[in-house]
Amino acid sequence: MIWAWGALAFWLAATLVNGWLAQNHGRNRAVRLFIPALFGVTLLLIWEGMVRGLGVSPVILPPPSMIGSRIAESLPVLWVDFSQTILKGALSGYLIGCGAAVAVAVLIDRSPFLQRGLLPVGNFVAALPIVGIAPILVMWFGFDWQSKSAVVVVMVFFPVLVNMVAGLKATDVLQRDQMATWSASYWQGLAKMRFPAAMPFLFNGLKIATTLALIGAIVAEFFGSPTRGMGFRISTAVGQLDLPLVWAEIAVAALAGSAFYGLVALIEKGVTFWHPSQRGRA
Amino acid sequence: MKSVLPILTVLMALVVLWYGATVLLNAQWTRDQAARAGVEVGFSEILRDTLSQTRPKLPAPHQVVAELWQSTWMEEVYGRRGIVQSGTLSNRSLIYHGWVTLSATMLGFAFGTGLGILLAVGIVHSKAMDLSVMPWAIASQTVPILAIAPMVIVVLASIGIKGLIPKAIIAAYLSFFPVLVGMVKGFRAPDAMQLDLLKTYNASRVGTFWRLRLPSSVPYLFASLKVGIAAALVGTIVGELPAGASAGLGARLLSGSYYGQTIQIWAALLAAATLAAGLVMIVGAVERVVLGRMGMRA
Repeated sequence: MIWAWGALAFWLAATLVNGWLAQNHGRNRAVRLFIPALFGVTLLLIWEGMVRGLGVSPVILPPPSMIGSRIAESLPVLWVDFSQTILKGALSGYLIGCGAAVAVAVLIDRSPFLQRGLLPVGNFVAALPIVGIAPILVMWFGFDWQSKSAVVVVMVFFPVLVNMVAGLKATDVLQRDQMATWSASYWQGLAKMRFPAAMPFLFNGLKIATTLALIGAIVAEFFGSPTRGMGFRISTAVGQLDLPLVWAEIAVAALAGSAFYGLVALIEKGVTFWHPSQRGRA
Repeated sequence: MKSVLPILTVLMALVVLWYGATVLLNAQWTRDQAARAGVEVGFSEILRDTLSQTRPKLPAPHQVVAELWQSTWMEEVYGRRGIVQSGTLSNRSLIYHGWVTLSATMLGFAFGTGLGILLAVGIVHSKAMDLSVMPWAIASQTVPILAIAPMVIVVLASIGIKGLIPKAIIAAYLSFFPVLVGMVKGFRAPDAMQLDLLKTYNASRVGTFWRLRLPSSVPYLFASLKVGIAAALVGTIVGELPAGASAGLGARLLSGSYYGQTIQIWAALLAAATLAAGLVMIVGAVERVVLGRMGMRA
């Protein structure tokens, strides 16, 4: 019980510290990083304390310390799964899907007719449970990473397409007239003005697509995979009630997801440095 | 209304593409069968056969529609286990599976929306919560939670929580985030002038919340509800994937993929798509009525 009470006491103390810090030093940059960090540590400590203090079986919920040691001892397995699912499946699908979406967006941008027809359909498809096509694509492309990649392509295509089309429309008449007075050709106008203007919208879609890519690659593995990969490992480890390994995979997935998202956000910061939303956060 | 023609054109093009792909993808099987039987097949035979295989690689649209009709209307009205003859929904009909999925979705959606709104209220009113919860709420969405949904189901089942609740938890987790982000934006939508006006009226924080922040957040609420309900449906379907689940559209997908019943998979997919579209449309209709009553969109 000492563990549980200790965790609760720490929680109370951390909440008070956070409240005080936010009230008095909310503008300080280091404090703004420290507050969420303390909150995260508190969550982990409550988890550890509750699991130990209340004697929860590790089959149901292993404490974070157990998961940590499991990560340390199964690094090779985790790396194999990581490269199979994330590097081969998710990343290749992400690049192909986003590239195709941008290309199609540029193509249909020239035809208002296609835009009026494709956009509602695209918006509709973006709301559909696309993961559902995973079993079909696994049937078509086999068990290896190609089928996972195909699922990811389909999943990321529509969100990026819809955002990119919206982005290509983001320039106003005045700016387009300006290009016309400089007698810029269609392609010059596209490269010099409309593409850069579309970037904030495009990155919006790209950021949504990062999470979708990971989800698609992992879920597709539930429908059949070679004997490696994060989805495969999760489903087999659940079967063996090896919960620490499952949580280790989840931790890797979470880290990879956050890193992927952070990377795209970082690129966005570099590319769209001129946009008000980026300038404000100096 | 001027966009009806383009949409129809695109849809027609999709159907034509679909039929073309059906012939292409299934032709190999037809040729193999013919070669094994030692007969030559012409183009017209290939065309006829590829569109009517029982386990095609890609079923033709009319096959999927026929399966949908078969597993909804025909099953319920004429089937031995249908609602007409037995009084309960048949467990072979998509109506039954769709209902299972829909009820879990709605439960999770309600949970998620409630949680999202409550957190948003806390974040708007407490600086400490804003600084500590918001980064983690964002981080929680970069975790591919959907990918571990089946595990959550299995673990919850092992401690005795079964049925709707585990699926609803996944759905709630997925739908709370859009609502949270939208509502934080919505509660902060009133500008300084409006807030100052309420201050001159000597309004309390509670009064400000009910009279100003809540009404001005309604458009944001509906925008995020549309995203949230679609996310909740996806969460429920993936939550139905583990082998233990025997009901729901996700279970239909999985059993179809185990037994190679492609037509069944596509029918379940189409049912899920219809469900998603219907739910989003209902939210949109409620939005129009509510906003119209509030005088925001005349």
